[in-house]
Amino acid sequence: MTATLVAVQVLNGLQLGVLLFLVAAGLTLVFGVMDFINLAHGVQYMLGAYLAVTFYGLTGNFFAALVLALLAALAFGLLLEFVVFRHLYDRDHLDQVLATFGVILFLNEGVRIVWGAAPLSYPIPEMLKGTIPLIEGFGYPIYRVAMILAGLATALLLWVLVTRTRVGMLVRAGATNPRMVSALGVDIRRLFMIVFGFGAMLAGFAGVMSGPILSVEPGMGDGVLILAFVVIVIGGIGSIRGAFVSALIIGLVDTLGRSFMTDIFKAFLAPAAANQVGPAIASMLIYLLMAGVLFFRPSGLFPAAGR
Amino acid sequence: MSVGAAVPSRPAWQVPVVLLVLLAAVPAVANAADMGFATSLVTRIMIYAIAALSLDLILGYGAMVSFGHAAFVGIGAYAVGIASAHDLWDATLTFPIAVLAAGLFALATGAISLRTRGVYFIMITLAFGQMAYFTASSLSEYGGDDGLTMWGRSEILGTTPFEDDTAFYYVVLGCLAGCFLFARAMVGSRFGRVIAGVRESRLRMQAVGFNPYAYQLVAYVVAGMMAGLAGALLANHAEFVSPSYMSWQRSGDLIIMVVLGGMGTLHGAVLGAIAYLALEEMLSHVTEHWRVIFGPMLILVVLFARGGLGRLIGRSDGDG
Repeated sequence: MTATLVAVQVLNGLQLGVLLFLVAAGLTLVFGVMDFINLAHGVQYMLGAYLAVTFYGLTGNFFAALVLALLAALAFGLLLEFVVFRHLYDRDHLDQVLATFGVILFLNEGVRIVWGAAPLSYPIPEMLKGTIPLIEGFGYPIYRVAMILAGLATALLLWVLVTRTRVGMLVRAGATNPRMVSALGVDIRRLFMIVFGFGAMLAGFAGVMSGPILSVEPGMGDGVLILAFVVIVIGGIGSIRGAFVSALIIGLVDTLGRSFMTDIFKAFLAPAAANQVGPAIASMLIYLLMAGVLFFRPSGLFPAAGR
Repeated sequence: MSVGAAVPSRPAWQVPVVLLVLLAAVPAVANAADMGFATSLVTRIMIYAIAALSLDLILGYGAMVSFGHAAFVGIGAYAVGIASAHDLWDATLTFPIAVLAAGLFALATGAISLRTRGVYFIMITLAFGQMAYFTASSLSEYGGDDGLTMWGRSEILGTTPFEDDTAFYYVVLGCLAGCFLFARAMVGSRFGRVIAGVRESRLRMQAVGFNPYAYQLVAYVVAGMMAGLAGALLANHAEFVSPSYMSWQRSGDLIIMVVLGGMGTLHGAVLGAIAYLALEEMLSHVTEHWRVIFGPMLILVVLFARGGLGRLIGRSDGDG
């Protein structure tokens, strides 16, 4: 039974990991290519989920809602880029942090006005209901497995896009030396828009997928945003590969820590003390990890070349 | 990249003095106008002004963008709150503990954080802030997530001057003025010049023989201690401490105050705290969804009013 429990928690960790990767991928690309800190990336995750709620209400079909929400998230990302972010690319990081913080305040509250403060949800699609048996009488939800697979497929697609296509080549070149790319006659603004819209869509995708298993509520993007920042800082800012590896590490460490830390502490502490210390250490485990990584490798595990 | 191109000019004295006079008049005016709540509101504003002032020391003068500054405030508040839970009420004891606790946390985290630069510094200070937040949330003996209620305010050698709102107001005002003078002396000193020099060019400061790391660390610890004092006052003001004092949104609020008021001016941080919290108070009377108005305002300030309120006012006074 313990082995099954560990297996279930490892799967949960992977699922959190791919979710974080989807959010972190856009964040790290935007940062790597444009040197732009976008705190508002988390609200794009939240918007994805809310848009799915609305489109599910209209169509009654999960997959139709998914496609429509992705398109709407893309459009919204481009709109934000056009209205606000475009004017911040040549500002310093502090200005970017503040302005995007303003976007968070606005959108979190805007969502509360439009959809209300109460948590919303929409059901898992019929064909992904049910469980995959691990041992007799105990299964793992198919939907979560589908999430892991969808996340991995997206990661693969992203890898192909970045390493095998012309746009991907420009993105990599832009991450290394944006001025040179611009000097060679590439419309860097358009490249920025493409990267930005794509990142917004990936975050929205993560939001749509997590809607049925987490509650859709205002501010749901804030926690994810902080985790995604931890991911890209550990992975090395601008590196997709680093984001992937560290997203999985963070997902596993966080999930396993929360499940087993108290039991681990019970091995050498009194139960009462372990019940107190365990959850505290578990929730700060990833931050300890990040501080440790930065202490030994101040630019992350996979620093992007040229930075 | 220069964060805040504050050229150390003659220190302006007009704005701080006018501010001090206006703040000193608040309780009398509030009592006369029968608006007792104003005294309490401005007390809170001044406490946050101390925290913003301490952040301006490292952010404005040292370009150290700390995104975990609320942790120091929270630690100061928790020191006083936890002491009260053990029936320790004397401020001559608890306040130094609060300041030292925040200073120690700043020393430990600063020693690690200051090894990193730029965005990594922002993120690692955020990480330490989150650690403090989760630690506070897990203190189930002291209220955990729900926070800890204090059954009264601190005493001084058996007397209770903090119990009276007006007296407490002047205590906070005195702390603010003291911190302001201390911070001004600090940035005007040789030490402050080194900090500003490192902001402009770390390499050159190293070349002329300074150790930037040591100077920055000392500045970071001093700022942490000052924020700890703000926390101790905050706990007394609210008679309540909660992990939410340390949340990353609070750290964001402090950065907003400093930038709104104008970085690297000190009185700008005070103006920023006043503007931010007064605006919050006013807008929240207009609509419960005041953030919908405040968010775009913040964006507009960043886009169009670079330099903040402090410079605007400083300029109209003919200084700058």
